[in-house]
Amino acid sequence: MSKFVLMVNGEKVEVEAQPEMPLLWVLRDKLKLTGSKYGCGIAQCGACTVHVNGSPMRSCVLPVSAVSGPVTTIEGLAQGGELHPLQSAWIQHDVAQCGYCQAGQIMSAAALLANNRNPDDDDIDQAMAGNYCRCGTYIRVRQAIHTAAAYYDADTSSTKVTGAGQ
Amino acid sequence: MSISRINRRNLFKVSALASGGLMLQLNLPVAALAEDGGTLVQSKELNVYVQIDTDGQITIYSSIPEMGQGIKTTLPMIIAEEMGARWEDVVVLDAPLDASKYGMQGAGGSTSVPRNIDTMRRMGASAREMLIGAASLLMEVEREDLDARESKVIHSSGESMTFGQLAAVAVRQPVPDPEMLSFKDPRSYTIIGTSIGGVDNLVIVSGQSQFGIDVDVPGMKFATYARCPRIGGRATSFNATEIKAQPGVIDAFILQPDARAGKASMGFLDGLADLRGGVAIVGDDTWSVLAAREKLQVTWDESGASDDSWAQMVDQAKQIAAEGGGEVRLDSGSVAPAFAQADNKVLEAFYQFPYVAHVCMEPMNATAHFKKGTAGAADAMEIWLGSQFPGQVKEIANNMFGITPENVTVHAKRMGGGFGRRAVHDFAAEAMAISHRMGIPVKLTWTRPDDIHNDFFRVGGFEQMKGAIDPAGNLAAWDQHYIGFSKQGKPVIGSGLRGNEFSMVALDNARVTQSMMDIATPCGAWRAPGSNTNAFVEQGFIHELADLAGRDHLEFLLELMGERRWLDDGNVNALNTGRAIDVIKLAAEKAGWGKTLPAGTGLGLAFYFCHAAHVAEVAQVSVDADRNFRVEKVTVAVDVGPIINRSGAMSQVQGSVIDGLSTMAGQQITMENGVIQQDNFDEYPVMRIAATPEVDVHFIESDNPSTGLGEPALPPLAPAVTNAIHAATGERIRSMPLSELGFKLV
Repeated sequence: MSKFVLMVNGEKVEVEAQPEMPLLWVLRDKLKLTGSKYGCGIAQCGACTVHVNGSPMRSCVLPVSAVSGPVTTIEGLAQGGELHPLQSAWIQHDVAQCGYCQAGQIMSAAALLANNRNPDDDDIDQAMAGNYCRCGTYIRVRQAIHTAAAYYDADTSSTKVTGAGQ
Repeated sequence: MSISRINRRNLFKVSALASGGLMLQLNLPVAALAEDGGTLVQSKELNVYVQIDTDGQITIYSSIPEMGQGIKTTLPMIIAEEMGARWEDVVVLDAPLDASKYGMQGAGGSTSVPRNIDTMRRMGASAREMLIGAASLLMEVEREDLDARESKVIHSSGESMTFGQLAAVAVRQPVPDPEMLSFKDPRSYTIIGTSIGGVDNLVIVSGQSQFGIDVDVPGMKFATYARCPRIGGRATSFNATEIKAQPGVIDAFILQPDARAGKASMGFLDGLADLRGGVAIVGDDTWSVLAAREKLQVTWDESGASDDSWAQMVDQAKQIAAEGGGEVRLDSGSVAPAFAQADNKVLEAFYQFPYVAHVCMEPMNATAHFKKGTAGAADAMEIWLGSQFPGQVKEIANNMFGITPENVTVHAKRMGGGFGRRAVHDFAAEAMAISHRMGIPVKLTWTRPDDIHNDFFRVGGFEQMKGAIDPAGNLAAWDQHYIGFSKQGKPVIGSGLRGNEFSMVALDNARVTQSMMDIATPCGAWRAPGSNTNAFVEQGFIHELADLAGRDHLEFLLELMGERRWLDDGNVNALNTGRAIDVIKLAAEKAGWGKTLPAGTGLGLAFYFCHAAHVAEVAQVSVDADRNFRVEKVTVAVDVGPIINRSGAMSQVQGSVIDGLSTMAGQQITMENGVIQQDNFDEYPVMRIAATPEVDVHFIESDNPSTGLGEPALPPLAPAVTNAIHAATGERIRSMPLSELGFKLV
């Protein structure tokens, strides 16, 4: 067992874990942050997606010892009491069916919008390629990302991008 | 609805939610987390589904498990509508598992709406009458001059009182005689028929939604369970000393197979959920037990194990198809002479479909806490899990450990997908057995390979088809030989033809036979069991016959439907050819049937009836020289009667189309000597976002009772796509998945 100091959703935490323990299990079992989901353990489905240094990472294959910067999970995406525009758009479009993959979808989408405020369908397909949805919510995932992007377009001056690199 | 409005509306909830810092816990009102279903503080219970706070909040209990089908939103909408509530005032909570109050609390077979709609309407109307009774007393006016709407009871003079103001008196009103209840005129509906977002959307998008896998119980330990790779084998020994010495491991032990776990009162589940033999490892966290499992060496006794092999099944089926025979299910006329007639054109075709897995995004898991009775008290079990039929878990606890139902507490959590998999509770049996041995709460989480290897698969199968077309271009004979799978001679779920199958009831000159091969591989219900494969064969072969006749597929299919009629008069679960004709025509019209398309692009049509739903789909598909195929658009026409939640219904259709496409394109489970050959998503791919087609959905809201939509939009997708590929390329597809034929979905 080793001790690791992580910055998770803006808070400094210490965890004791085996160095090879994937970040996902540190988040879920040790920090009780269960918003990030286990789906495959081999970085195929994206249910475990979190941001590390603002980049989308599959936390199921990322050893805790290799975490190189601040971590943002779905629980830390809403900032200052406001939902992230993607979270609002997700509600507006009633995207979720079972809901299990949605945290991973939203985290991948948030990383996309942090770098590209006006993605087209191809940009979305590329950024979201690592996220499975078994229920088939992809149509609404696309719509919600466009809606959230439009929100930035309408109000870029006063809106801070949250969730990426916090 | 604008984003800013959503933000404002959610601001309060989100502020509460975000205040907890790192250990963010959902800070909804306590009521939202209540599970006991008792009367909430300051709340008045009008019936077991409806409570009203004095401040006006209306709490509606949802009694049916939620797996993404949207039932937790749909059924409360019906209650809210009938009672005259404003949806904004409604909070929906999960009802506890209590058959005495809520009847059968299960979800399967697209039956939740038809089974519950009348109860929901009665509960809403009953609550409304009690509120009107209270208003009549308090306002000293006649009941006849009162009406409930917008969460108020309003007098014809315009005076009104809110539900919150009325609650305390309403609760003392006599419960109306169900026979005397009146229901709203559908033309005055303000909730039913609109689009209402899922009631759990906020908790889902903020990562707070508690699925079974997220459960945290004080003192809980974590477990993994390794079963024999050959289905049906049992563990005899393992390297226990080494495993127990692994970091974070508390204990490791063998569980013996236990057939008692599988005994079920619900016929279709009986015998399915046997506990399989294996090795349990229990430790401090999930990762520690998974890491220890990597070092596990088990000696398996495979004497009773499966020796099923898919390759052998295919060979055997082809032999049976060539020999003919089988049990005669239907012989409605003289098929043989029609095939023998020299000027009839005859076509034969062999169709094949594979076993597939459910792969719910949330792998199977359960958290169990066995409490040994002390000082004369009885043993008790508490369990948390996602389940389509949570009442079954009580039976399993009783079967395995003799714990009586009143001492078993089941917490049914939101499911990260069901699709039929969570009708079977083998994982619950495992978790309970492990906790029983340890005497502490244990969370058992399956890995994805566990989930694939130990599924109750959608059964594969084969159909030998033969048809004759007369010189006028009409169907002269239909011969269908279904070659499926059985256990001890009894067809497994989804294998064989249903009695109300189109070919069984609607064709004039048809012969249908069935042969079964015994297998050991576990099979279960998979979204639209039977229908999801039979549609592929029947609707593909009808297209083949239309082609043989040189006829337009649409015209040929409509002709087969014949006169507009119920095939079983007055039975809403029977095919109605009029409803069929209407959806077929509408889908074709909206898709532009007959339009000119670029080379390499085609339209394909299919219709299917199941789960009381009539659904037609037209797929527009393009195929390039490298066999990359793209489903550009799917046009869907659905008749399930009046739609309750438009957004939810649309979601089910969109999801069914994508699920159907994902499955037919690249999914296949094979087995060799009883060992499942696919381990994870790299070998069992789910469709990714880039392949998503446009899905254009049209509802025909016929004047029939509303029925379910979780399954019936899936079956027509596969034949619509393969028929479109034929239109685009001239190539006929008679087997799934398409990846095995060199096609790639792009």
